[in-house]
Amino acid sequence: MVLIDGIVIILLAIGIFFMFVGAVGLLRLPDFYTRLHATGKCDTLGEGLIILGLIIYHFFYYSGISLIPVKLLFLIIFIFIANPTATHAIVKAAYLTGLTPWRLGEERR
Amino acid sequence: MIIIFLVTGLLIVLTILLSLCRAVVGPGVFNRVAAVNVIGTKTIVLLIIMGYYFERPLFFDIPLLYAMINFIGTLAFAKYLERGELWS
Repeated sequence: MVLIDGIVIILLAIGIFFMFVGAVGLLRLPDFYTRLHATGKCDTLGEGLIILGLIIYHFFYYSGISLIPVKLLFLIIFIFIANPTATHAIVKAAYLTGLTPWRLGEERR
Repeated sequence: MIIIFLVTGLLIVLTILLSLCRAVVGPGVFNRVAAVNVIGTKTIVLLIIMGYYFERPLFFDIPLLYAMINFIGTLAFAKYLERGELWS
């Protein structure tokens, strides 16, 4: 059980680290496109790792056959498809409405 | 082991607060929509962690539904901001 706890804690810690990197990038980077470059990938990977750790936790701590790990697996697959799609849609909307990208030397906005 | 889920949930709340700063400050509507999308996807993980913290893993239908509503809402916002109308 100690090994399982260690694996789950390591997966949760890596996921939290990626989510922190995404949030700091959303707060810190100079432009709209660069902010979505930070969050669109870090959030997807972080949430995937956290839910994977919880699936492992469920397999070893809850007895009996249930449908809950399948639901979590479906949630991982849905997030991995939907989150980059939403990011792409909103970046395309911003590009078509004429939001120019940031260049080196301009001020932050 | 339960205390790990409490710590993880509190750290996720901290990242949600960091994203909320961008949703309040951010210039323009696109930054705000992107920040709201990020907050929604973090809320999914927070709901799952809450399910294991209260030892009641039966309400995982709520994160599924929340993920779908968040995705559809962001797509609707993108289409409206791109074309100026939704039904065209």
